[in-house]
Amino acid sequence: MIALLIRDMRLSIRAGGGFGLGLAFFLIVTVLVPFGVGPDTAILTRIAPGILWIGALLACLLSLDRVFQLDFEDGTLDLLATAPMPMEGAVMVKALVHWLVTGLPLTLAAPLLATLLHLGAEGKFWLFVTLLIGTPALSMIGTFGAALTVGLKRGGLLLSLLVLPLYVPTLIFGAEAARRGSEGMAVTTPLLMLAGITAGAVALLPFASAAAIRINLR
Amino acid sequence: MPMSLWQYANPVKFMALSAKVLPWVTGLTVLTLVTGLIWGFFFTPGAVNFGTSVKIIYIHVPSAMMAINIWIMMLVTSLVWLIRRHHVSVLAAKSAALIGLTMTIIALITGMIWGQPMWGTYWAWDPRLTSFLVLFLFYLGYMALWAAVENPDTAADLTSVLCMVGSVFALLSRYAVNFWNQGLHQGASLSLDKEENVSDVYFQPLLLCLAGFVLLFVTLLLIRTRSEVRRRRVQALEMRERMADG
Repeated sequence: MIALLIRDMRLSIRAGGGFGLGLAFFLIVTVLVPFGVGPDTAILTRIAPGILWIGALLACLLSLDRVFQLDFEDGTLDLLATAPMPMEGAVMVKALVHWLVTGLPLTLAAPLLATLLHLGAEGKFWLFVTLLIGTPALSMIGTFGAALTVGLKRGGLLLSLLVLPLYVPTLIFGAEAARRGSEGMAVTTPLLMLAGITAGAVALLPFASAAAIRINLR
Repeated sequence: MPMSLWQYANPVKFMALSAKVLPWVTGLTVLTLVTGLIWGFFFTPGAVNFGTSVKIIYIHVPSAMMAINIWIMMLVTSLVWLIRRHHVSVLAAKSAALIGLTMTIIALITGMIWGQPMWGTYWAWDPRLTSFLVLFLFYLGYMALWAAVENPDTAADLTSVLCMVGSVFALLSRYAVNFWNQGLHQGASLSLDKEENVSDVYFQPLLLCLAGFVLLFVTLLLIRTRSEVRRRRVQALEMRERMADG
């Protein structure tokens, strides 16, 4: 598993595309928002947590079709399926790599970008915390979507259609916790729910994703 | 052989039985729906505070109920497919999706039409409205996956897995949305075990409409599943012909 992790990390960092692209997309979305809603500081502060959450979510979505596609095309996925490691483990690693190259950088960049939207220090802190807790769920769910669409020629658009509804609860609890945090309200409930979704997704979704991969390789 | 429900998983038996049942169900559907709607529309008084607009309830509530129940039915038939590999079962799920989608749209639109005079707005981010919008997206995704995968068995497996995972997330969304915004809807006013329901004048035609919508669903489901089975057969025939040619 560790060998696969290292290999995938190397591939995704060196092969270009995914790694920087997600961050650049996140930056551009954040820059575009004030153009859309106007430069009023009060409004920007109020919508900043939600905008940054949506930006992170879309940036996550952008790199999802690469999670399995290359490995499917060159046959690596078949080898993984016949390897002694269970498919569930391989799926876990894939999701972890996706999180390390998109979720984690996005989380680290979010407080910085929050400055552009005039989010206060407390808001930045909670934004960082919620993204840190929530993005693993985004990667897990996204990996499931990628597993469903791995055999398809043009799965990209379908992937978004499948994954975005599944992102709804994560987005609601994540953005709600960040918003409450930035306004100085109690964040415990949404934060716990968000953590619960992440924990549940990490625990259960690998089985569904692995099943989908096996079906697609048949 | 002992009688069991499972024998209708055999497409031949299913086709024979559904051919026999279909005209009866169709007739019963027409009868219930027509009676229920006419009773509801013309022979109930307008309610206090609501006026005549209350009568849209006879379409709004049944379609909303069906929209949710059809998803549950799809979950059950998908599970049956995954566990026992009965083709009719998964074809029924596939056929149900479009009906469910239509019911969701009907519920949303009648809700909008009703919401304008009652709440003064066509749309509000009320939990139930939002949940239905999310449910609508789930139906769309499920159908899109069916349409995208070429191999029918692969498509059946993938959509079944999606249906299972989707059900969990749909339920989660429901609670998330509830948490996110308190709504305009009243609490549950229809249940069989409660003493106090909507007054009987409205309740009786409403029950009839609910039954009518269930029957309507069964009719449409039978028709669509039958055409799916036939489509499968045509595909098999074409395949065999190609094999013979090549």
